[in-house]
Amino acid sequence: MTGQYEFKSKWLPYLLVTPQMVIVFLFFFWPAAQAIWQSFFLQDPFGGRLIFVGLGNYSRLFTDPLYAYGDSFVVSVAFAACVTLVSMVLALFLATQANKKLRLGSFYKTMLIWPYAVATMVAGVLWLFMFNPNVGVIAWFLKHKLGVEWQHLLNSGQAFLLITIAASWKQISYNFVFFLAGLQSVPKDLVEAAAIDGAGPAKRFWRIIFPLLSPTTFYLLVMNLVYGFFETFPIVHQVTGGGPGKSTSILVYKVWRDGVINLDLGGSSAQSVILMVMVIGLTILQFRFVERRVNY
Amino acid sequence: MRMRYLVALVAFALACGFALSSCQPKEEVPEGPITIEIWHAMTGKNGEMVQALADQYNASQAKYVVTPVYKGSYSDTMNAGIAAFRADQAPHVIQVYEVGTATMMSAKGAIKPVHELMKEFGHKFDPKIYIPTITSYYSTSKGEMLSLPFNSSTAVMYYNKDAFRAAGLDPERPPETWPEFFDVAKKLKASGMEGGFTTNWISWIQLENFSAWHNQPFGTKSNGFDGLDTELVFNSPLTIKHFQTIAELAKDKVFIYGGRENKANPLFTSGQVGMHFESIGGYGNMKANCKFEFGVARLPYYPDAPGAPQNTIIGGASLWVFSGKANYEYRGIAEFFSFLSLPESQAQWHQNTGYLPITVAAYELTKSQGFYDANPGPEVAIKQLLNKAPTPNSMGIRFGNFNIIREIEDQTWEDILAGKIGIEAGLAKMVAEGNQKLREFEQLAQ
Repeated sequence: MTGQYEFKSKWLPYLLVTPQMVIVFLFFFWPAAQAIWQSFFLQDPFGGRLIFVGLGNYSRLFTDPLYAYGDSFVVSVAFAACVTLVSMVLALFLATQANKKLRLGSFYKTMLIWPYAVATMVAGVLWLFMFNPNVGVIAWFLKHKLGVEWQHLLNSGQAFLLITIAASWKQISYNFVFFLAGLQSVPKDLVEAAAIDGAGPAKRFWRIIFPLLSPTTFYLLVMNLVYGFFETFPIVHQVTGGGPGKSTSILVYKVWRDGVINLDLGGSSAQSVILMVMVIGLTILQFRFVERRVNY
Repeated sequence: MRMRYLVALVAFALACGFALSSCQPKEEVPEGPITIEIWHAMTGKNGEMVQALADQYNASQAKYVVTPVYKGSYSDTMNAGIAAFRADQAPHVIQVYEVGTATMMSAKGAIKPVHELMKEFGHKFDPKIYIPTITSYYSTSKGEMLSLPFNSSTAVMYYNKDAFRAAGLDPERPPETWPEFFDVAKKLKASGMEGGFTTNWISWIQLENFSAWHNQPFGTKSNGFDGLDTELVFNSPLTIKHFQTIAELAKDKVFIYGGRENKANPLFTSGQVGMHFESIGGYGNMKANCKFEFGVARLPYYPDAPGAPQNTIIGGASLWVFSGKANYEYRGIAEFFSFLSLPESQAQWHQNTGYLPITVAAYELTKSQGFYDANPGPEVAIKQLLNKAPTPNSMGIRFGNFNIIREIEDQTWEDILAGKIGIEAGLAKMVAEGNQKLREFEQLAQ
């Protein structure tokens, strides 16, 4: 950026950013500071008693098997990675297909975008219905036609698979829109020139289109990881409730469960501080290292 | 440096909160009717009935206006109440589910016990008119009522009469003991059903009610009534035997697991299993969803357990009164609570919602109105509660961190069924981890 505008008055720029800063302070810094503060205490929910425990809330997260925080961490990372991978790969495939000249092309596109209009909670319910071990259509099909016993209420692998499917399905549409837009902005003459030079469809895709899509891919990578880590809460809440056992209790679900349901304010605050650090870390890492290799 | 300011600011805000909450209530009675706000978690028909009771009360006098406010699920309502209290904006009355009882009790200075309220404001308050097992859940071990039981239910057995007939069993003779029950379950499975039985609420029905019904302690210190230094002791030989049997039957699909809380209902209503355990509060739902004739029976018991069957315990929620309100408001709350306890109010609530009446008079009234001729289920539940006078093992459960204790039980039960942990080890784990949460609560609540 060049050509900066200089303010004549000293206080005007501060005045102009004040509303924004007030909002950021009230809705971000204030609660974040409270979470940090609360994470050093054990607290009676009604605020009657406050016991300073230092880093006790943090250490019990990592040392106490009751919290199984390490397991929750591993599940969250695996889940976010799977959702990101599945939804991005499928969306890219669908976008390249839909980008071709097709009869009823816009119909397909509309259909593919549709799931995004479904609320995350509802997406969870839909998939739960189909996979319900007792009355679900897919569960019935698996059992009676393929001989696969579907019981995600007790089989932790199946539970993980189910939330991954539900969360990815919802996110494919979002990725699809961005990939499609990205594909449409790839200059046609570049692709045609490559074709004339003898590059086959696969080579054209990997050598021309995919690198040109990298800003979109990078953006989606960030958004999908954030989605996988933080916005899939309703799906876990609806589909598995963190079970069987604690096997699908991802971090955001756990922080809510411990804070809101179990009223463990100190432990829940410590978890939210960890999540906060994670988001900050994730953002820095991605902008520092991944963005450098991206061609805009 | 900035952090220090923030900390100081937060501390200042907290201090302000304390200062405000310690203000004395004023006694200047304002003009016009006095509003009494009740935060509750009742939806659908139940929510309508809360409103109906408030409307009837409001129409019966002109001094007070009772305003029920729906605040979401039980945990949402409780959290809203806590947040409001901390901001010095507490409602007058809040409905809290049974697992929150110990948390409310230990919230010193936040709560005005109901027995004090009724005494101070001159309402004839005879604890003897209430059904003992219902009021004991919300009373001190000395029998002083802390909160007013509002919607109470208990666990019963539901069975599919059509399936009984198809399996050649007498539909009017449901199994009474667990050995009989398991036998019947195997026969139902053998008759071509998907499975024999399932259950909701593993923690509430198969552990808490199971212990009370067999008059064995769930925890020490009268299940927590006599002190915060209580410990879980439910991993008795009887419970181990019970879980062992169910886990073995799960391998043969005689028992089918249907999920936590009340998620197992579809297994029964769709006719895949013939017997089910669920709250009597779900009676209306069963009537609406079962396309077959079903019956309600008492929970089975082990005949070799001394004292069994004792009585079952309740679940549901009660009404708590917040502290720091003006006397003129308390007078209205006390009056409304007396209204709620009237046999007519209770009978109306009971017959429309399926929750149990809290007074014996309401039960008698309902009986005389012939309600149980068409709805035999709820009477089974009441008789089960009244079976014997409650003992320290069957008054109720009074644990802090109770929600997470139930969660630990649910999680471990799933691990047992998935074969990840043995029965004895699993029950021992529930007890050990639960005790850890009890100690944490004790540390905070002292």
